[in-house]
Amino acid sequence: MTVLFGQLFTGVSIGAVLLLIALGLALTFGQMNVINMAHGEFIMAGAYTTYVLQQTITGAGWSLLVALPVAFVVAGTMGVLLEVLLIRRLYARPLDTLLVTWGVSLILQQLARDVFGSPNVQTRAPDLLTGNIALPGGLTVATNRLFILTLAVAAVVALTLALRLTPLGRRIRAVVQNRDLAAVSGIATARVDRTTFFIGSGLAGLAGVALTLLGPIGPTMGTNLIIDAFLVVVVGGIGQLKGSVIVAFALGVLQATGEYLTTLSVAKVLVFVAIVAFLQWRPQGLFTLRTRSLA
Amino acid sequence: MTSFRGRILAGALTLVATAALAACGSKTTDAASGTGVSADVSGDTVKVGLLNSLSGTMAISEVTVRDSIMLAVEEINAAGGVLGKKIQPVSEDGASDWPTFAEKAEKLISQDRVAAVFGCWTSASRKAVKPVFERNKALLFYPVQYEGLEQSPYIFYTGATTNQQIVPGLDYLKAQGKKSVYLVGSDYVFPRTANKIIKAYAEANGMTVLGEDYAPLGSTEFGTIVNKVRSSKADAVFNTLNGDSNVAFFKEYTSAGLTAESMPVVSVSIAEEEVKGIGTQYLTGQLTAWNYYQTTPGAANEKFVAAYKAKYGAEKPTSDPMEAAYVAVHLWKAMVEKAGSFDVEQVRAAAGGITFEAPEGTVTVDGPTQHIAKTARIGRIGADGLITEVWNSGQPITPDPYLKSYPWASGLS
Amino acid sequence: MSTVTAPTGRTPDPAAGGRRRNLLPGAGPARAAAGFALGAALLFAVAPLALSDFRLSLLAKYLCLAMVAIGIGIAWGRGGMLTLGQGVFFGLGGYAMAMHLKLADAGPGELPDFMQLYGQLDELPWWWRPFASPWFALPATVLLPMAVAFGLGSLVFRRKVRGAYFAILSQALAMAMVILLVGQQGTTGGTNGLTDIQGFFGYALTDPVNQRMVYFVIAGTLLALLLLARQLIQSRYGELLVAVRDGEERVRFLGYDPASVKLVAYVVAAGMAGLAGALFVPAVGIISPAMIGIVPSIEFVIGVAVGGRATLLGPVLGAVAVAWAKTALSERFPGGWTYLQGLMFVLVVAFLPGGLAALVGLGRQRGDDPDRRRWWRRRRRQVPAGVGTTVPVEGAGTPEATDGAGLAGARTGVTA
Repeated sequence: MTVLFGQLFTGVSIGAVLLLIALGLALTFGQMNVINMAHGEFIMAGAYTTYVLQQTITGAGWSLLVALPVAFVVAGTMGVLLEVLLIRRLYARPLDTLLVTWGVSLILQQLARDVFGSPNVQTRAPDLLTGNIALPGGLTVATNRLFILTLAVAAVVALTLALRLTPLGRRIRAVVQNRDLAAVSGIATARVDRTTFFIGSGLAGLAGVALTLLGPIGPTMGTNLIIDAFLVVVVGGIGQLKGSVIVAFALGVLQATGEYLTTLSVAKVLVFVAIVAFLQWRPQGLFTLRTRSLA
Repeated sequence: MTSFRGRILAGALTLVATAALAACGSKTTDAASGTGVSADVSGDTVKVGLLNSLSGTMAISEVTVRDSIMLAVEEINAAGGVLGKKIQPVSEDGASDWPTFAEKAEKLISQDRVAAVFGCWTSASRKAVKPVFERNKALLFYPVQYEGLEQSPYIFYTGATTNQQIVPGLDYLKAQGKKSVYLVGSDYVFPRTANKIIKAYAEANGMTVLGEDYAPLGSTEFGTIVNKVRSSKADAVFNTLNGDSNVAFFKEYTSAGLTAESMPVVSVSIAEEEVKGIGTQYLTGQLTAWNYYQTTPGAANEKFVAAYKAKYGAEKPTSDPMEAAYVAVHLWKAMVEKAGSFDVEQVRAAAGGITFEAPEGTVTVDGPTQHIAKTARIGRIGADGLITEVWNSGQPITPDPYLKSYPWASGLS
Repeated sequence: MSTVTAPTGRTPDPAAGGRRRNLLPGAGPARAAAGFALGAALLFAVAPLALSDFRLSLLAKYLCLAMVAIGIGIAWGRGGMLTLGQGVFFGLGGYAMAMHLKLADAGPGELPDFMQLYGQLDELPWWWRPFASPWFALPATVLLPMAVAFGLGSLVFRRKVRGAYFAILSQALAMAMVILLVGQQGTTGGTNGLTDIQGFFGYALTDPVNQRMVYFVIAGTLLALLLLARQLIQSRYGELLVAVRDGEERVRFLGYDPASVKLVAYVVAAGMAGLAGALFVPAVGIISPAMIGIVPSIEFVIGVAVGGRATLLGPVLGAVAVAWAKTALSERFPGGWTYLQGLMFVLVVAFLPGGLAALVGLGRQRGDDPDRRRWWRRRRRQVPAGVGTTVPVEGAGTPEATDGAGLAGARTGVTA
């Protein structure tokens, strides 16, 4: 029972991490078809922001909370820069964005290595986030995982509300559904794109802050997770968030279960097979935006 | 040549030309036919190669080794060089990619004509360059603890082999009355081999191995493994994870409520540099098995630590692989001077019995195995990020890469 | 598979408009032949004389990467499938060859060294056994990757998984393959891979003379593959492939099955990658998961993009150039070469979409990627195309960019 619960919780929290990373991708990939391989390096930027803040402002663990908005802005700004300088020129060639942003990610990694040194750096987590909460029945819940889960859920809720209720959100949805029509209706699609990129990259920054609680903070920290996150978006279906949410948690639980029953390697392969099988059934992902496109 | 026949002709010509040129191959299978490239020592300098990953995932560890080698080179040059020649270091980036290591090794040997190469970290990179060094009859000094079961005539192993690190670590656990262990490792050669040795040791010494889990290199998701470890209720964990995975593992371990008191972890790949990257709040009290710590007493170490910090910054710690790399350069110098030549065969012949007052204590080159007799030290990680010794083997342990002198290990190699 | 009618081996009818698709710019057949002869002379005569043993063995390695690039040029440049998993096929070919060579090194009935060390096996695993025979292993280096490509391709293309979806899926395949190989250390060598290969069908690889021989085999194979690719591109099938890239639905309406057309190109590319992997093994003496994963797979594609994806020679030159630049830059700037490498990728792909081929005006061909026009002549596009799910995510080709206004109008009509 404890093990079952522990595994379930582990699965959900793997899903939460995936979701935090995939949310930003769901925006940039889903809306603009940009395959941003540098997303992982925006995560890294968020994590290093946490580190720098702790070094300069305060050594206390609670600088983590300060880091959340700062990392959002830092990573978001980097995203906008990338959009303005490079990606804007490549909207007609979506697959090329993958190659260009791969080059960008190489540069950013080396930059991190030169600025912060090759070895990993450490941040001090608040004491509250290094322990666990005991539940009745001998069950425990790690507080850092709980924090990340909360953060992921909060991000999803905030993003959903923003997309549904704000004028900006309405414009974003209009552009996603029909860019040309949105443009002729007077929406400045270029500006909407830039804003979307800011938010999407900013979410990667948030993910970076969260990951300082779980893993290493180093130049290559972003690369490990990015493929999994892309798979989440692909399987979830682009243009909507709910697909990514469901798939992130489903993959997390699948991986945790598979890993418990076999090994991590086998579990990863199982997840891949499951994805190929799933795409046989729904090649456009779990949810698709209904259009009358022939594509 | 648009005609089909024309193309066939072109294709046929290509094949014939290829076959003709390919037939120039020589079927000689004489193993000694490999041509040694001799080092270029004509000028007043001698080149040595530095082969480390300066980019990619392994850069987190290997850059510090490169720094340490550079320090040793500078020291030797300041003291007049080797046989009156200044050392000129040539650095190459292995880029955390094994075929690249092989390519760069070949380049250092055949293009730069270096007298020796220092570097490599992962076993995979060493395995990739080993044939290159053997073919060219060139020297590699490998500075990292490793899984043993290897003895190349053209490699000097200045890190620990298994009987100088893992076996003493197990001896220590046994002496502490730990009856059961859980094995966690990265999925590659060193952890898998180490765990095989641990299982053989456990069987012979009345310990039980409650579980064995591997994570892919670079994996940062340890929820499941820690769950398994916790529910196993083992007395201790033997940790052979490498690199980034350690960070994630210990963060998860702490979150699960496991501590050095409730379930100590003995790590063999966490040195001072890694402690800094993981965070002391997750590590305080945990154990490590090495041959050197920054806190190891002795004048040689004080000098090494002071010189390193003066060159690279006061906040930079020194660690076992860095020390082993530093020692490697000095040992090479001693070998060359004893041989009176840079010639590889003469250097090898002179190697046996050479000693050096290393930061870790006196080390001696074991001629037959080309490993080094080293003292094993178990350390405890302190809240200040430094590791202090809690036990040592008393005297240098003779290297035994194939564990021939341990009866319980007879089935291993 | 029912509707592919284009015979792949047919030469185009010279009368039918004299399809001018050549190896060299504006080249007629004579210049194509001259170019081929020039390439052969460079590879067979100039390079072996001008380069040291070490540099020649590096060139051999680059040429292997160039073979992969030819395949990617067909699948991606001509077929619009961005395959980010070519490392898998390269690896399958490489492992098949390395398994045979390891067994040959060990001698009959003996186990390869690493199995004794790490696997503690008493006998060879069943799936290793057939590789003892060169008659199985050699065809397997090509057929095994093709079979895997066929399996995966027929699943995903039929379900219209394409564009970015296909790219990411193929990338995940590379990741899964690496994890699988690494996890089976006793039988695959794990992260070490298969190393220390001593002989190549009786020739000792330690001997520089034999290294030279391996180089000649590789150079000859590369030329043969180029001929094969040229044949394929010029055939009716080649036309169909470009048509599928530029308008999959239109091809479907014409009665062809785009899935089968794509499948053929994907399988051919896989076979070429497999052959390249097989020859890489004797040239470099090692095959390991490091050559299979996501990073090398992307580097393959980047070589193609740098060279010029839709041309015949572009991918070859690009692959060699990128690999050479990597070696040269990292030798000169061991600490900071990744800046330069990254910068090179960014600048070439973003600002020179036609690759180096466009710079020198190589192969201005019908059916080429329209984006290959020189960048200063390209129409600035205000409105991002290929956005959302409303417009097809195409591969390299972006029909929207050049399709006639009439068609663009029609498309808008469809999507609106």
